[in-house]
Amino acid sequence: MKYLEEYRNPEIAHRLLDEIRDKVTRPWVIMEICGGQTHAILRNGIDELLPDTVTLVHGPGCPVCVTPLELIEKALTLASRPEVTFVSFGDMLRVPGVSRDLFKVKSEGGDVRIVYSPLDAIRIAKENPDRQVVFFAVGFETTAPNSAMLVAQAVREEITNLSLLVSHVLVPPAMTALLDSPQNRVQAYLAAGHVCTVMGWQQYESIVRDYHVPIVVTGFEPVDLLSGILSAIKQLESGQAKIENQYARMVTREGNLYAQRQIDDVFQICDRTWRGIGVIPRSGLKLRDKYATFDAEPRFGLTDLVIAEPADCISGIILQGLKKPNECPQFGNRCTPATPLGATMVSSEGACAAYYNYQRFRNLSEK
Amino acid sequence: MCLAIPGKVISLHEENGLLMGKVEFGGTLISACLAYVPEVKVGEYVIVHAGFALNVIDEEEAERTFALLKEIGESEGQG
Repeated sequence: MKYLEEYRNPEIAHRLLDEIRDKVTRPWVIMEICGGQTHAILRNGIDELLPDTVTLVHGPGCPVCVTPLELIEKALTLASRPEVTFVSFGDMLRVPGVSRDLFKVKSEGGDVRIVYSPLDAIRIAKENPDRQVVFFAVGFETTAPNSAMLVAQAVREEITNLSLLVSHVLVPPAMTALLDSPQNRVQAYLAAGHVCTVMGWQQYESIVRDYHVPIVVTGFEPVDLLSGILSAIKQLESGQAKIENQYARMVTREGNLYAQRQIDDVFQICDRTWRGIGVIPRSGLKLRDKYATFDAEPRFGLTDLVIAEPADCISGIILQGLKKPNECPQFGNRCTPATPLGATMVSSEGACAAYYNYQRFRNLSEK
Repeated sequence: MCLAIPGKVISLHEENGLLMGKVEFGGTLISACLAYVPEVKVGEYVIVHAGFALNVIDEEEAERTFALLKEIGESEGQG
């Protein structure tokens, strides 16, 4: 396929690997933010091909994984209500709440439906005028414009039996929160290509300046990832810190202004809890007051919940790049895709799922 | 949610006031909202994420980047 095969060229990939080996003189830790990139790295064996001195750690860029338990429980409560049709991306259905998941609610008779596009919620609302349709609006800057368009379109079409359970999160505040942590080991970032497609790479300029950390905007194919890693290594080895855009075929400095305007019209920035990590200031989006009627939480009288994370799941530590999935004592034993302890094992973008799917059972703690 | 594969826009149409289109991914056609890429033309490539095209691929930039990568590889290979 066009724009795909060339970025999977094995000869160029091997030459990039040779150049990485040639340039590295000491250990470095690089984090790829995006869970899609984590899966691409594991699927292509890039983690195993890199020199031992280059450690890739996997960031919190999986929206399913970081959706807080409180919101999962609210989703389960809403999906159990007899008058509600609960609409969600498929990834969310197996995310464990305290004692059940959305699949369990569905099996017990809850009207839970999987959609690919948020706009499908409009069609469902129109087809079911007597029911309350609730869309579980999760995701980063990549899905926020889609949820925003859902609200705008619902206004245009005067749909009143639709609301959103909003759990949108923003990537840059999470990146700075990780760098601010005393335990931080991240020395360079591969920025999430599709978040940058929407928001542009300008949003990272202040992080590079304030933290002196190299950031390379990176795509999803092996050559993209390897050239991103090479760019990061070259900067680290020379003591530089700047933004490089390896994914220029998709990403500009300004990003997609249409999408940004739509997000800004519908949402405003708020503090948000990240599952396993805690509250990150100004890291989330909530509906603006003028769209408050679309907010499912007040519509259904859901009060704030505070729920402790399960003690035996270390996904929060994994999402901060402090440990790898196969360093968890539960990995592949008590915790498998069939019996997940946390969201990172069930999400298609989760780091634990990637390690399980691509059979990284060997303990790689030395890498 | 994250489909990183470039898809080719096959057709455009309007649906309830929104620009929509059929996008082909290796023989599979999906319907996508194109409201965020209003300048898109049939035959161009887009990245679709959760039902929405987020950007049109910059053909010149794609070729330029790949040529650069190839150059790095070739000079390394000769070295």
